[in-house]
Amino acid sequence: MSAFTGTGRLARLVLRRDRIKLGAWLLGTPLLGFALAGSVIEFYPDEAARLSYADTALTSVVARAFNGPIFNADLGSIVVAEAYLTLTLLAALVSTFAVVRHTRQNEETGRAELLGAAVVGRHALLTAPLLVVVGANVAAALLLGLAFAAAGLPLAGSLAAAGAVGGVGVAFTAVAAVTAQLTVTSRGANALAAAAIGVAFLLRAAGDVLGERDGLQLVSAWPSWLSPLGWGNQVRAFGVERWWVLGLPVVLLVGATLAAFGLARRRDLGAGLLSDRRGPARAAAGLLSPSGLLWRLHRGSLVGWSVAVVILGVSMGFAADEVNDVIAENPAAAELIAAMGGGVDDLVDAFLAAMLGVFALVIGAYVVQALLRTRADESGGVLEAVLATAVGRVRWLATQVVGAALGAAVLVLLAGLATGLGYGLAAGDPGRWALHLGGAGLLQLPALLVVTGLVTALLGLVPRWSVSLSWAVLIGFLLLGQLGAALDLPQAVLNLSPYTHVPAVPAVEVTVLPLVLLTAVAGALLAAGLVGFRRRDVPS
Amino acid sequence: MPVIAIDGLVKSFGAVRALDGLNLQVEAGEVHGFLGPNGSGKSTTIRVLLGLLRGDAGQVRLLDGDPWRDAVTLHRRLAYVPGDVNLWPNLSGGEAIDLFGALRGGLDQRRRDELLERFDLDPTKKCRAYSKGNRQKVAIVAAFASEVELYVLDEPTSGLDPLMEAVFQEEVRRLTGNGATVLLSSHVLAEVEALCDRVSIIRAGRTVESGSLSELRHLARTTVTVETVRPLTGVAELPGVHEVRAVDGRVRLEVEPEHLDALLAHLIRFEVRALVSAPPTLEELFLRHYDGADDGQVVADRGAEPAQ
Repeated sequence: MSAFTGTGRLARLVLRRDRIKLGAWLLGTPLLGFALAGSVIEFYPDEAARLSYADTALTSVVARAFNGPIFNADLGSIVVAEAYLTLTLLAALVSTFAVVRHTRQNEETGRAELLGAAVVGRHALLTAPLLVVVGANVAAALLLGLAFAAAGLPLAGSLAAAGAVGGVGVAFTAVAAVTAQLTVTSRGANALAAAAIGVAFLLRAAGDVLGERDGLQLVSAWPSWLSPLGWGNQVRAFGVERWWVLGLPVVLLVGATLAAFGLARRRDLGAGLLSDRRGPARAAAGLLSPSGLLWRLHRGSLVGWSVAVVILGVSMGFAADEVNDVIAENPAAAELIAAMGGGVDDLVDAFLAAMLGVFALVIGAYVVQALLRTRADESGGVLEAVLATAVGRVRWLATQVVGAALGAAVLVLLAGLATGLGYGLAAGDPGRWALHLGGAGLLQLPALLVVTGLVTALLGLVPRWSVSLSWAVLIGFLLLGQLGAALDLPQAVLNLSPYTHVPAVPAVEVTVLPLVLLTAVAGALLAAGLVGFRRRDVPS
Repeated sequence: MPVIAIDGLVKSFGAVRALDGLNLQVEAGEVHGFLGPNGSGKSTTIRVLLGLLRGDAGQVRLLDGDPWRDAVTLHRRLAYVPGDVNLWPNLSGGEAIDLFGALRGGLDQRRRDELLERFDLDPTKKCRAYSKGNRQKVAIVAAFASEVELYVLDEPTSGLDPLMEAVFQEEVRRLTGNGATVLLSSHVLAEVEALCDRVSIIRAGRTVESGSLSELRHLARTTVTVETVRPLTGVAELPGVHEVRAVDGRVRLEVEPEHLDALLAHLIRFEVRALVSAPPTLEELFLRHYDGADDGQVVADRGAEPAQ
């Protein structure tokens, strides 16, 4: 029996378990690519608009940091600049989660023990998911390339750009193969890999900010070459393509796989290399209540979110100061920002309002994941043990709801403060701007309360569907918010999203009525959820 | 006033009837064994008692209250050890014990430390690092360190080693010595025999037998092995005699307790040289009910047993 015996069978098991997730990935990537390419093509119809875009992309620090380098002023380059971050983050995260799900999570749950006791080689448990995830990245990249070509971009550049995205996916597949060997929990392995993605982004951003302009090209500085996200750019899709750069993720994959095999040989099944710290023998008084437990379980994630929101907020604030330069020569983009930001003439205010709206949408994800922990506790069985104590159901769920809503309030406040601070630092008067936008951020809270109410209602009334429906609803709001204005959807459809009803401060004046109505809707949904939770079976 | 009184409890999950007219009566101060094959509805019954599930029909009284309506007040008076203990992976065992104690309304610190010592449990380890047996110990310590009237234990010792099993039995006796009542769902027959005053056996959501162990034994057959001088004839035709077989020149048979007397009268006529009579073992007793192949109490539809 070799170390790889059973790899084929295990790969089929991975395919069977993930058939829906993989299908969504393989279908969603080209669709997203096609939609993004289509919107860019519509936006930059003529040479002048494209040259002005390229000029901004090459000079603006914010554009370099977030969109990366460009190597030409054609449509393809603009598509890459606009879509690269979204597509690569998606590929990196989906690959990471998939690898960890089929490696560390299997060990954590004990499934790996069952499998390892069968006629299965030592390395098959890791090799099988790697084969599937790498294969899926290659397939998704091919489909993405065809989608770019179908949208009207040159074939060679399309394939190079898609290959760059696939390469990023493969690189983080490799990273996750290693992190899954290090930690004991799948959460930990995912967090380590996500941190690696963050470092890769910072290195790439630094390399591109420090890079030098050469005509219509940006020659990135050396830090970009340390980052798998940078490698994708260095393929120079739609410029003079350098196909050999696509070999770098493959080299990383081989090296990381060998390293992971080596690590796996040195450790026991189920153990990690980073060992668990011990905890206190007695609980601190602050832990001994539902709210104390809630804080303990969510504080790490809230701190992480806060840091991310502050960094992004300050960056967006700085970016706002450049909005007038970037947009002045592009009426279509100006129109879009004005539409997202409440339809006013002052582009900076519109941009700031639009950014606060985007923050509120993303913070919706914090609310959803925080509340869905209740469902995970229910499926895992610990909720049963809790509800068998003298803690009432309504009290328990209400604690979770209040916790999620307070977390959301902190995050939108921080988002507003940080954005205001960033803009103030660039344009002057940071203190006043921070307070002004901090208040504007808090105005987003009623929309987030509606999200809180919706998830609570789903938990109480349709527990089995609560996880998928909660995310589906949030993604629906996200699409309405981001694409609604661009696609000219009818107002009745846009009104379905609570975010549509938040006044776009600072671009427009505060109106109280919509905020009151949103809060009332949230209250009704919360009540329905709590009553449903009180009445239903646990677990169900 | 019984501590638990369930009468005709019905609970369905979709098309599956998990509990089908179940009865259970647990008196104050007793250790009541709650037995049945996997999927027979033990955990479902316990969840109804804890107010987690709502019964579809039938009467359920717990500590003279309604387990669904009065859940919170009743839960102050009971402690629960689930069969499959799940904890918060990033809390230490000690923190989990204190948290459960506090959520239940208080914990005897001295007892807690004593129990940690007796069960040889390291409270500083993170819950994710515990084995199944150690997670069970966390739940047992958290429950036993609470002074309550009723302990509901759902297969609490399935992951414990024999040494810990002995400690567990001593601790259960200490609880009942203080006047508490225990409902013990278990597959460990030695544990049931050692601890339980009365048992209820359920199958496919129905109670098939309930009583003290000696009462149950009385209902089961005695195995008799007999050696006679003259060849034994005519036993198979006697009432209440089953499974007559010749083994090594002896005859082995099973007889229902109420027909033992008639059997002996019959045997004497063949000059008995040796006779061994063995009461049913607990295992035989349970297998008879679990298996249900040759008695009249078999529940018709085995396919209706829900997967738990």
